[in-house]
Amino acid sequence: MDVQTKSKGLHGVMAEFRGPEELLDAARKAYGAGYRTVEAYSPIPIHGLAEAIGQADRKVQTAVLLAGMAGLGAGLSLCYYTSMIELSWVPAMFSGYAHNIGGRPLNSWPAFIIPTFETTILFAGITALVSMLVFNGLPLPYHPVFNVARFREHASTDAFFLCIEATDPKFDAAETRRFLTGLGATEVSDVEA
Amino acid sequence: MASELTRQAVPTAPDEVPVLAPGQTFKSVTDTISGIVLTLKTPLFWFANFGIGFLLLQLFLLGVTMLLFKGTGVWGINQPVGWGFAIINFVWWIGIGHAGTLISAILFLFRQQWRMSINRAAEAMTLFAVICALQFPLFHTGRPWLAAYWLLPYPNTMGMWPQFRSPLIWDVFAVSTYGTISAVFWFTGLIPDLATMRDKAQGRLAKTIYGVLAMGWRGSAAHWRRYETAYMLLAGLSTPLVLSVHTVVSFDFAVSLIPGWHATLFPPYFVAGAIYSGFAMVLTLLIPIRAVYNLKGLITERHLDAMAKVMLATGWIVFYGYMMEAFVAWYSASYYEGFVIWNRMTGPYWWALWALVFCNGVMPQTLWFKKVRTSPVPLFIVSIIVNVGMWLERYVIVVTSLHRDYLPSSWGMYAGTVWDWAIYLGTIGLFLTLFYLFLRVLPMISIFEMRELVHKKSPGKHVEMME
Repeated sequence: MDVQTKSKGLHGVMAEFRGPEELLDAARKAYGAGYRTVEAYSPIPIHGLAEAIGQADRKVQTAVLLAGMAGLGAGLSLCYYTSMIELSWVPAMFSGYAHNIGGRPLNSWPAFIIPTFETTILFAGITALVSMLVFNGLPLPYHPVFNVARFREHASTDAFFLCIEATDPKFDAAETRRFLTGLGATEVSDVEA
Repeated sequence: MASELTRQAVPTAPDEVPVLAPGQTFKSVTDTISGIVLTLKTPLFWFANFGIGFLLLQLFLLGVTMLLFKGTGVWGINQPVGWGFAIINFVWWIGIGHAGTLISAILFLFRQQWRMSINRAAEAMTLFAVICALQFPLFHTGRPWLAAYWLLPYPNTMGMWPQFRSPLIWDVFAVSTYGTISAVFWFTGLIPDLATMRDKAQGRLAKTIYGVLAMGWRGSAAHWRRYETAYMLLAGLSTPLVLSVHTVVSFDFAVSLIPGWHATLFPPYFVAGAIYSGFAMVLTLLIPIRAVYNLKGLITERHLDAMAKVMLATGWIVFYGYMMEAFVAWYSASYYEGFVIWNRMTGPYWWALWALVFCNGVMPQTLWFKKVRTSPVPLFIVSIIVNVGMWLERYVIVVTSLHRDYLPSSWGMYAGTVWDWAIYLGTIGLFLTLFYLFLRVLPMISIFEMRELVHKKSPGKHVEMME
């Protein structure tokens, strides 16, 4: 076992599998064997894969819900404030104006539904994309997995990879390589950091 | 034995054409779609269409220059008809956009697999149609650089706020949100494919540009899971959004008190019309493209058939709307409502109404025949006729309702001027230019969704292994 390699230049050990079913199976076994810093890579989304290696979370859903509520509040208060509230102590450009037009109610909320609906969708929709990127750690200019030639050329087309990273407490370059080969990998390679 | 039988029963009905031609693998779909972009050989067809679009775009620039130089007086709008081509073309373009969102969001939620090979191009169509639509209200303001304070709510030195009780400001919110969310949805769908393009590109520049746009996507399990969540949520948010946009557009008419416009029928009838015209435009664009780029294995007759069926159904909703307009005008016993409909049918614009009935009511009935639905050439012709019909529909609604109002002394006639036509044809040029640039630089079919489809159709057999 080479401790030098592990601490200096090794990101992890990567194994390639034949297909989505094989990758899912291998991911379950790796997690079952106690590996926790595991990444699985595939050219298509595979249902249950993130759950199999303990990476399922509900952060995007939560962010979108909160943003939608913020959008609802922003849209409604914009309409309400500008049509209802006139404050003398606020500079004129920041104050709403309450015009009495033929005694009609100032808070004509049915008319405010549409701008409010639109801001709700707008905030939530933009947050769906942005939170997905942020929680995924993107944009990311460099990642070690691209040092593997086979990954660079095939990971986004037709190849399936499982990478056990060197930061995993159970990681041991030689032992992990043997473990991955035992799972039926077609090729196992070291990933330089 | 039983499980063997159920496995056999899963594929589509025997006479149905599959959504994907047999024998496709991950590599074959990826190479086919990315190969259209990553090649130095651009088909002559592309140059021809891009060329036409680019020429028409110059007409747009000419028209807009003239408009800004002289003012909206160069248009045909006049006292009774204050809304002419600008609103007709705005509604026409916005409507066309709707099919893209319907295909990408609503059919996604309904898990319709046939959407997968057409959603990318349809979403691009949506985005470019919205861009074309926005030109009209923007330039109708006459001085667009001064328009911000009545369009957008921002604190200004005049102490002015937009009128939130007006359908026109609802429109600003609805259309700008629609444009933004369409762009977000489209870009979200592109991210994994941009990563594929990054990995496939040979040239250094192409690799860098796709790499920057892919933002380091590497397809890890956590990436995909959050990605699918975000995509699903965007689909769920876009569904009420798309239905609301044409509803709000119809409020521009329905909330007013003009006979012929003031109708509760407008929102559903406008939404159906939007989907109808949008599917017609998708067919107009994709039928030639699928032939030229040899995509018949990915965009199959099944897709043409399904889109034609949607057109037939929405076409009938629209036609029902026309009939109800006439019926309600009679049943309401309102003299003015009745006059507007009678004037539409027999007045100076009779030709527009009857041409509309022919284009939107009579011609689409050929879609009852499966032979028409699955033959590219007749379907292409029908789709063009429907596009014309939907433009005429807005022409009839706008012009015939305005040109003869309550007092005969204020009656008038309307016709678009050469500058109206220049700007209208110019936006078709803008649309074609943007669409053909998109075809040249981005994958026109969602590659990763096609790989998913390959996997669903034949699990386990699609990966070509090394050696």
